[in-house]
Amino acid sequence: MHGGGRTGRAGCLAAFAVLGVVAVAGCRGAATDATVVEFWAMGREGEVVQRLVPEFERRTPGVRVRVQQIPWSAAHEKLLTAYVGGALPDVVQVGNTWLPELVALGALAPLDERLAPLGERPAPLGERPAPLGEQPAPLGEQPAPLGEQPAPSDAQVGSLDPADEFPGVVAATVIDGVRYGVPWYVDTRVLFYRTDLLRAAGVATPPTTWSGWVDAMARLARGGERYAISLPATEWEPPVILALQRGAGLLRDGDRYGDFRSPAFRAAFEFYRDFFRRGLAPTGGAAQSANLYQDFADGYFAMLLSGPWNVGEIERRLPKLADAWATAPLPAFEGDAPGLSLAGGASLALVHDSPRRDAAWKWMAFLAEPAQQLEFWRLTGDLPARPSAWRDGGLADAPRTAAFWRQLARVQATPKIPEWERIAATITRHTEIALRSEAPADAVLAALDRDVDLILEKRRWMLERAATRSAARIAVPGAAFGESAS
Amino acid sequence: MTGRALPSPGWLFVAPALTAITAFFFVPVLAAVVLSLTDFDIYAVASRENLRIVGGANYARLLDDALFWTAVRNTLYFVVVAAPLSIAVSFGAALLLHARVTRWKPAFRTALFLPVVTTLVAVAVVWRYAFHPRIGLLNALVAPLGIGPIDWLGDPRFAMPAIILMTIWKTFGFNMVILVAGLQAIPEGLYEAARIDGAGTVARFRHVTLPMLAPTLTFVTVMTVIGDLQLFAEPYVMTQGGPANATLSVVLLMYLEGFRWWNMGHAAAIAFVLFAAMLVLTLAARAARRVAGGDPEAA
Repeated sequence: MHGGGRTGRAGCLAAFAVLGVVAVAGCRGAATDATVVEFWAMGREGEVVQRLVPEFERRTPGVRVRVQQIPWSAAHEKLLTAYVGGALPDVVQVGNTWLPELVALGALAPLDERLAPLGERPAPLGERPAPLGEQPAPLGEQPAPLGEQPAPSDAQVGSLDPADEFPGVVAATVIDGVRYGVPWYVDTRVLFYRTDLLRAAGVATPPTTWSGWVDAMARLARGGERYAISLPATEWEPPVILALQRGAGLLRDGDRYGDFRSPAFRAAFEFYRDFFRRGLAPTGGAAQSANLYQDFADGYFAMLLSGPWNVGEIERRLPKLADAWATAPLPAFEGDAPGLSLAGGASLALVHDSPRRDAAWKWMAFLAEPAQQLEFWRLTGDLPARPSAWRDGGLADAPRTAAFWRQLARVQATPKIPEWERIAATITRHTEIALRSEAPADAVLAALDRDVDLILEKRRWMLERAATRSAARIAVPGAAFGESAS
Repeated sequence: MTGRALPSPGWLFVAPALTAITAFFFVPVLAAVVLSLTDFDIYAVASRENLRIVGGANYARLLDDALFWTAVRNTLYFVVVAAPLSIAVSFGAALLLHARVTRWKPAFRTALFLPVVTTLVAVAVVWRYAFHPRIGLLNALVAPLGIGPIDWLGDPRFAMPAIILMTIWKTFGFNMVILVAGLQAIPEGLYEAARIDGAGTVARFRHVTLPMLAPTLTFVTVMTVIGDLQLFAEPYVMTQGGPANATLSVVLLMYLEGFRWWNMGHAAAIAFVLFAAMLVLTLAARAARRVAGGDPEAA
């Protein structure tokens, strides 16, 4: 599939595309021995990253990069289909919540050895390995063979400092103790609010606790005409964030069953539902979010739970608002703000079957350099995954990004299992219906647990089988792995 | 009677078509049947070891799945409301287009057919504005009637009617063109004879137009019902099945199960249930025509 002949021709094409070389003869001469790294990036990132390619190719002779842009809406399906068809590129941009799925497929190469400083053992990042599924063969990947180790004395690899990352975000890229992603940009949710409206309502500073939040909102909402906050009922993030703030585990027994009837989740769910019951948030569907910006400008709602992409969007679409809006870290249930938020964002992942992983790794390391991270932020508004880039660019102190800086110290990943996206959709389904009905919380959450347990049935079966097999293999008492729940 | 005779030359003639149909239809259908008896999912993609033969479990789970029944209910709602309305609108438009007094017929025919050939995504964008609760055209139209602002796509009670409205607007032109062709095929002599016999406009419509148009109407009805049972693109583009699953159709559910969650076994089972339902309905429509009788062309 990945024949050697591709390098020459594809390189020629890439040279055309990237450098705009017109002379065929020149192209043939230049590209014959260049390694072409194929890179899939999504949406706006895929469009913009192209501008970083010339600098990389200048610094890395012999390696060329071909970027293919994939729309977000088709990305998930395309990745899976490409895996089945053996047509994955060398490097892919992967939403952090998709990593477990691709890891379950064995599509990605582990990165611990490449990330470790030379001469050191890979540091135990994140949590300990859990005995998930099939340990041998496809599910858990063995470390790269010796020959695949990164070339020593590579200046770019040295710049990938493991200390220069957000631990909460890195944890999202560690699946069963193995690191599979290099965070490319980070994403988390914070509170966007209208400074003028809050001031007019007598709220001097953005709320830092749930009770302060409710007080502020009660002053902002005005009987069905103006609302305090916009929380789209079609999103799973708001209820899940609130649940994490209450300390809910979401799943239990090593992610074998749903844990939505736990007191923590229940309390968060009730709190979430109160936003709508008390008229603090409008119960509109997705139809209204088309005019989210106009509504924010009109003061139809004063707060918004959103991510970094909206900093740029609001600035661009609503220049008239000027300084009438700001961002703040999320309120906490009680005690110190900020409360927990989600560790989102996208990572760069190395495709396991790529025949040119070393060259591909150079491209990944390049994109992760603080200087390139900062440049990418300037081009896209995506927040850098490296704290040093934040400091160099003054982002940590800039008014609207400072909230994200503080929030990123308090982020948590959703359960890292392939079923998560589906569970998230199930949460939305149940909470959305609950917002429109008087069904008691117990019934709603019991139904949610039941559906999630059904989704996890296959996972339970696989874990059970893996446990039986390892018990059979390692017959010596005491040598079997403990069923350590993560 | 030799038993070793060469196959009939007829087979040779149909062989190319048969090969194509076998390769691209029967084999995939058979594969889908097999798939629906397994729990083929993302783990099975990783390793065949993770594939379980589950027999009828996918089907049994469907019966027990509240979401599937929601989808069935929504789809039936859509078929029962949208199909008759759509045919009525098509028929009305066809009669108007066919009427003697109508002028600029080609222009009207083209204009009314235009929504059929317009890209659904573009249509959806425009209709989303029309359905907007505060700035939308539809609410502006119903407001003088004293009907409060309706959140068309955000309220579970109105989301399906909104989809139905848009779908009818988008698709009625197709049936209209077929019905116009059917109307033009009715010999003018029949109308003259009826007029001579003293039949008025209504009587001519009932005793000439309707019976003569019956085969066309049957065809249009069956095609519309089959098409409506496969409702997918409109909710996919407009609402993604929401709000609160009010517009989740069976095919949309199948798509989500199969291609978003990669539960191919479950999705294949949904596909066969839908196929069975459509087969039954189509056979029922044919039987009904036979029972109604008096239709020599139905044979």
